Amino acid sequence: MKALRDVFGDTLVSLALTNPNVLVLDADLANSTKADKFAKAYPERFLQMGIAEQNCVGVAVGLASLGFVPWLSSFTVFFTHRAIDPVRMLVAQTHANVKIGAAYAGLLTGLTGKTHQDVQDLAIMRAMPDMTVLAPADAIEGEAIIRWATDYDGPVFVRLARDASRDIFEDQYRFVPGKTISLRTGSDVLIISTGPQSARCLQAAESLQNEGISAGVLHVPSIKPVNKEEIVAASERVKLVVTVEEHSIYGGLGGLVAEILSEASPRRVIRFGIEDRWGESAPNDYLLETFQMSPPRLNERIQKLFAKSP
Amino acid sequence: MSSRTDYQELEGLARKGRWLAISTVAGSGAGHVGGPFSAMDILVALYFRVMKIRSDDPKWPERDRFILSKGHSSIGQYAVMALRGFLPVEELKTFDKGGSRLQGHPDVTRLPGLETSTGSLGQGLSVGLGIALGARMRGQKFHTFVMIGDGELQEGMIWEALHIAPRYKLGNLTAILDWNGLQQFGWVLAMNETHRGDRRDPWSGTDLRGVFEKLGWHCTEIDGHDFSQIVPALESAKASGDSERPTLIIAHTIKGKGVQFTEGKHEWHSKVATDEELRTVAKELGIQEMAV
Repeated sequence: MKALRDVFGDTLVSLALTNPNVLVLDADLANSTKADKFAKAYPERFLQMGIAEQNCVGVAVGLASLGFVPWLSSFTVFFTHRAIDPVRMLVAQTHANVKIGAAYAGLLTGLTGKTHQDVQDLAIMRAMPDMTVLAPADAIEGEAIIRWATDYDGPVFVRLARDASRDIFEDQYRFVPGKTISLRTGSDVLIISTGPQSARCLQAAESLQNEGISAGVLHVPSIKPVNKEEIVAASERVKLVVTVEEHSIYGGLGGLVAEILSEASPRRVIRFGIEDRWGESAPNDYLLETFQMSPPRLNERIQKLFAKSP
Repeated sequence: MSSRTDYQELEGLARKGRWLAISTVAGSGAGHVGGPFSAMDILVALYFRVMKIRSDDPKWPERDRFILSKGHSSIGQYAVMALRGFLPVEELKTFDKGGSRLQGHPDVTRLPGLETSTGSLGQGLSVGLGIALGARMRGQKFHTFVMIGDGELQEGMIWEALHIAPRYKLGNLTAILDWNGLQQFGWVLAMNETHRGDRRDPWSGTDLRGVFEKLGWHCTEIDGHDFSQIVPALESAKASGDSERPTLIIAHTIKGKGVQFTEGKHEWHSKVATDEELRTVAKELGIQEMAV
């Protein structure tokens, strides 16, 4: 188990060794995002931009025009809310080769509360043409995605949770944009999830076995692009589809799945996530209980749903 | 060929540029006039005298860079780029029409010769800063120019860049403030108040030069319509590319400059000239052919 922010710092250090164009631009949060590891290893390629995220995004665009591969280091909320206009016009609209390391994504942000929790980022970034939107689940997938994003020519938003989560993948894991990953097959319920929440869903699915419910888990690390056919095919094999995300139930993964299925294979889709409310400052366990996304709460909710499901 | 201090050629080009801008806007049925006119002389000086550029090789790595951060003055830039050979003058007719390389606001994905897209205000200086910083890291010697507007200077993001550029000692970056004293709508003049426009100057009473200098910029002030001041100021900024301070040229300009009935009138920020008005413009600018 390794926190995704440590993966961020370590992978960039490792990449910099072979790719001289990799730079890091920090909006004064490097010791939180762990970009400080890069600052220590490559001080001349670490550019402190101060607490000024909009300018930070613009500077990265200028650097990218000269062939550099700038990675941005700040909290997700500051990219998708404060600096969204330069992200929109300068990065996405010009297909600039800028990589957004969106740290502290989702609800579990280390006691920072609703001001720093971003549970709208997927909805916002997914609606943006030219943007690739990725959400790794664990350390192995996180490293693979950061490496893939660095090699890809174009803007990428990488949603990085703050803390460690259960390891899911093996060393030979290979990231393929758009591809979904079946973590477990089941004939009754399909749980579709993304980011580290997929690990919690896997745990819930395993425990549902004891209740006589066969639950599968489909992990979606690539929110955009996404392989629609795989989501349709997996959904057609079960009686009930449930999406779970550490994000608003509006417009994120749940919205994505509902959009795809309503067009291609209409069926009931239940969306679990943050309903129409803000988060709060609290330990991770408290938040997962409150928002009913811990493995035991998921188990209960899915049991209830399945009992009622026609 | 004109001498370095003979600016008649540039003055002629600026008149043509103004004509192309206002007549193109009239042909398209929408667009800006006041801003392109206040910026025109500086644009002509940059493209025809100061910048090292190749119209037949717009991606030439050693080219000087220019970003029009006040992107709504795009037609001014397109007109000058057309005169300089980056695109056929004929193509100006496609401005703002579907499928055109000449979008309402500059689109780097469509028109070679642009460095980034602008239009949502306040963002161009940051990109210029990134280019200048990258040039220093790569050891490249070209210069980066960014034109910002005085209304645009109200955007917070510009002040983020104004703070950071001196920190990185970017002498290879020059910002040009087109201080024309008018924004789209702005504030009404108070009783007995006189500004050079018919509305209040956005920065009236503010010592911008003092502010820029305190932030660490090398600051000069020029009449933005006098080539004998524009060209030396731009060339001097470029010559100090190895210095440790970015340059900020405050260009005092007049919105709508060059045609009597558009000068200092905020309504000409964005307005379409009638045929009658175009005849007057052509006469004032000494344009023979009215064909647009």
